[in-house]
Amino acid sequence: MSDVRSGDSAIRKAGWAAKYAHWVIRWRWAVIAVSILLTLGAGFGGQFLSFSTDYRVFFSKENPQLQAFESLQRVFNKEDNISLVLQPKNGDVFQADMLAAIRDLTEESWQVPFATRVDSISNFQNSTAEEDDLIVDDLVPAGSPLDASDLQRIRAAAMTEPLLRDRIISPDARTTMVNITITLPQKELTEVPEAMAHVDGLVADFRADNPNITLAITGSVALNNSFSVSAQNDMQTLIPLMYGVLLLVMAVLLRSISGTFATLLVIAFSAMTAMGLAGWLGIQLTPPSVTAPTIILTLAIADSVHVLISMFHGMRRGMSKRDALVESLRVNFQPVFLTSLTTMIGFMSLNFSDAPPFRDLGNITAMGVGAAWFFSIAFLPALMAVLPVRIKPREEHESVAMERLAEFVIRRRGPIMIGTLALVAGLVAFIPKIELNDQFVKYFDKSIQFRNDTDWATDNLSGIYQAQWSIPAAESGGISDPDYLRRLEGFTQFLRARGEVVHVLTLTDIFKRLNKNMHGDDPDWYKLPDERDLAAQYLLLFEMSLPFGLDLNNQVNVDKSAVRVIATLENITTNELRALDEEASAWLQDHFPSAAETRASGPFVMFAYIAKRNIEGMLTGTFFAFLLISATLTIALRSPKLGAISLAPNLVPAAMAFGIWGLTVGEVGMASSVVTATSLGIIVDATVHFLSKYRRARVERGEDAEDAVRYAFSTVGTALWVTTAILVAGFAVLSLSTFKINGSMGMLTAITLVMAIIIDFLLLPAMLLLLDGRRKDRDAGQAPIAQAAE
Amino acid sequence: MGKLQRILALAVLAISPVLQSAYAETPQEKGRAIAEETDRRDLGWGDSDVVMSMILRNAEGESSVRELRLRSLEVPERGVGDKSITVFDKPRDIEGTAFLSHTKILDPDDQWLYLPALKRVKRISSKNKSGPFVGSEFAYEDLVSQEVDRYDYTWLRDENCGEAAPTRECFVVERKPLYEHSGYTKQVSWVDKQDYQPRKTEFYDRKDALLKTLLQLDYKQYQGQYWRTHRMDMTNHQTGKSTTLTFEDYSFKVGLSEGDFEKNRLKRVR
Repeated sequence: MSDVRSGDSAIRKAGWAAKYAHWVIRWRWAVIAVSILLTLGAGFGGQFLSFSTDYRVFFSKENPQLQAFESLQRVFNKEDNISLVLQPKNGDVFQADMLAAIRDLTEESWQVPFATRVDSISNFQNSTAEEDDLIVDDLVPAGSPLDASDLQRIRAAAMTEPLLRDRIISPDARTTMVNITITLPQKELTEVPEAMAHVDGLVADFRADNPNITLAITGSVALNNSFSVSAQNDMQTLIPLMYGVLLLVMAVLLRSISGTFATLLVIAFSAMTAMGLAGWLGIQLTPPSVTAPTIILTLAIADSVHVLISMFHGMRRGMSKRDALVESLRVNFQPVFLTSLTTMIGFMSLNFSDAPPFRDLGNITAMGVGAAWFFSIAFLPALMAVLPVRIKPREEHESVAMERLAEFVIRRRGPIMIGTLALVAGLVAFIPKIELNDQFVKYFDKSIQFRNDTDWATDNLSGIYQAQWSIPAAESGGISDPDYLRRLEGFTQFLRARGEVVHVLTLTDIFKRLNKNMHGDDPDWYKLPDERDLAAQYLLLFEMSLPFGLDLNNQVNVDKSAVRVIATLENITTNELRALDEEASAWLQDHFPSAAETRASGPFVMFAYIAKRNIEGMLTGTFFAFLLISATLTIALRSPKLGAISLAPNLVPAAMAFGIWGLTVGEVGMASSVVTATSLGIIVDATVHFLSKYRRARVERGEDAEDAVRYAFSTVGTALWVTTAILVAGFAVLSLSTFKINGSMGMLTAITLVMAIIIDFLLLPAMLLLLDGRRKDRDAGQAPIAQAAE
Repeated sequence: MGKLQRILALAVLAISPVLQSAYAETPQEKGRAIAEETDRRDLGWGDSDVVMSMILRNAEGESSVRELRLRSLEVPERGVGDKSITVFDKPRDIEGTAFLSHTKILDPDDQWLYLPALKRVKRISSKNKSGPFVGSEFAYEDLVSQEVDRYDYTWLRDENCGEAAPTRECFVVERKPLYEHSGYTKQVSWVDKQDYQPRKTEFYDRKDALLKTLLQLDYKQYQGQYWRTHRMDMTNHQTGKSTTLTFEDYSFKVGLSEGDFEKNRLKRVR
């Protein structure tokens, strides 16, 4: 590549940029008007923004775990739930007023919008023998006397019933649950809030009437609702906080009211445009994607700060406002464009993520960064041309600290290189310590009611995490086959023997109870029927006796050829769940020919594989981003060699950040998958600035590597650490999110940025000195020709 | 008198009471009058026997077939419901299982089930008539004889019968169950103005949300008087499941008597 030619093109470009700057200043009012109109036009789309209320948004349509679960739901019932977990302040559940309260609450719960089933200790369909008849009735029927002997009857039945114990009633009899099954049509976003609002009203009345009963609300509908609650909380707290932080930064950096005002408008316009476009595009907001405005504010400010600092720098040296503005645009046009482009590439690579909320985050942020670029090079100079700016000409002292740092690096390049590489290697060694965990309850911090209620319910009754299996029989009606039932019983026992399994809902318990009922409630007959016809007829009889909404259709498919087994689990990590899935699968392969292919399913299972799937998708995404960004860099620097040297400082920081995470936190969820790609687009900016100054010194000023490093430090050193400080502050704000994924993403990115500046200030110059510095002895003036000859 | 003329004469006779009082009636009276007329036209069928087949489908598209026979006995007294025996033929593992029901007007029905594998008759606590009938989308209460006094009626409007009979005009009548333990708050029926047979019924659940829609198709008239549907399509809107019930030709007056609908005769039903 010819440096002479590229030098010419740089001048041509600069000439073009200066012309452009003059044009913007001449048409300043028009540019301001057009910018405002564009922002309003885009921002108008903001009215279409809505908050998603469905955990399923985290899964793409192609996600195999989602597809498996949706298929299972079409076979049985599509179910979400709201669990009302109850505990009397004194004593246990089996008290007359407690049971009466539960019975009333159960009845009222049928009124919850989209409720298709309500299960509680009071409406449990208990079967008993009475002479030769099968009596199937509510365990606590409407006319129940609830006297001492009745309470004793209810307690005895409930505490020994495997369908209730550990699921609907805790073994200590202190805590119970009313479980409302909600079948959402999934047509309107208002469904979940509507159901939750009704439940909130119900619960408020219940609490007023029963001050001595503690009640917690959990379940997947409550989870769904919390996504929108969390996202809205974040919108209301993080964005104002971000504006506050950035105002402070600008006040310190710019020390100019009009500059601060203009920058504030640029970042606000950028965020508004991006969010408005998101509305036009019909993007639904989720906790990850509502961080987009915060990220856009952080990223957008850098562009404006670069333009304004150069402008004020010129004015301090005595240039007129107009000349300073033109000069600032001339020198910044290309770097601002480049850094915006690489940042956009980084965020757009999130489209490779399997989780649509991250794709949305990437696209919204990329649009915001694009808008920020436009507003910084058009609206900002036009506005600055209009606003009064008072900068007194004065001497600017060079940063002593940066000079010292440059000298230190030049003197100790060898040890620094070895030292940093050792640090990198040391940190990278801790990456394997990272454990992927996506326990979705822990996504929410304790300011979200769902988290507290669910934790309490898990401590006192049973967990929210479940795994379910649809166990097929060999043929139509085959679930009554004694062989099938024995194997199903075996699988149930396999699950129950595991420590992490709290409860197993299985049809074999119903068969055993019916067999007992059919033999005059003789406990010796509490075993599986050993004839197919008998089992099928028991089931028919039982089904004929069940009331509306309490049928077996959620456990048995229409063809009576598959049974759903649901295991309720301890508060286990998704790693442990994957292990359970593997071992259950192995057990089924060994012992259950008709169910050999069956895998666990359900929301928790989907989350258990989400991080892995997202990491797989993002490996490709990150690779593409890396290729594109490296290519951009090589073209911008017009040097394959510098492009190659830049690889290290661009790749190493994320690896170091993960190492630090492994060392300190250890656990991370799906957030981890996106950090490398997004931070790559951001950290590359510092490398671009450093290397372009280095190259300018080598090529245009004919300096050797040492002097070029000195030049780079003195010209961009301060700007780089200041920009890094802004970015770190911005991403650190994200760690205050009520949603853990955002917090992890923010912290990981902030750490990556800190690592990046360390690498840029230590490893990068050391590498340049060692790898590019061997021609130190050569006559400086020949450098361009020598390079061109390469 | 030709068949057509007879039908016409009957139709005029049938409509006349409705016509006479049309302007004096409240919607409640009109709704009830329509139900009474439906009931009146079906009086005197005596007893019947029909072979049915039930196809159950879930939202995944899986299906399952049951075959059964239904024997029914008309009980003429207004305060007593009809009697029926349902015998299952398929699937094989419930073959010979027989279900006897003595319908009551407002009290829970008397129900027994004979289990051939156990060779025993078991009484069923039939408060639970709202549950699904053999896992289908039909509740037992959708299938039993529609006694007039089980509901309160309100005529809503007249309109086209809709998808089940697009060329016909219907009365739209809302009815609310008076018996306890119904799974519904209300039903809305489209009753054909010509033959007074229901063409479509919507079922609303306890929170008054639309739960199911029933289409009654392929009506045939027997003995010049009694209309019987030969296909019932029930769709559950909340679960996406559906059930189709088809009937082969009915036999009427096959000589069944009260004695055939006794609990202790159940074991010998074939």
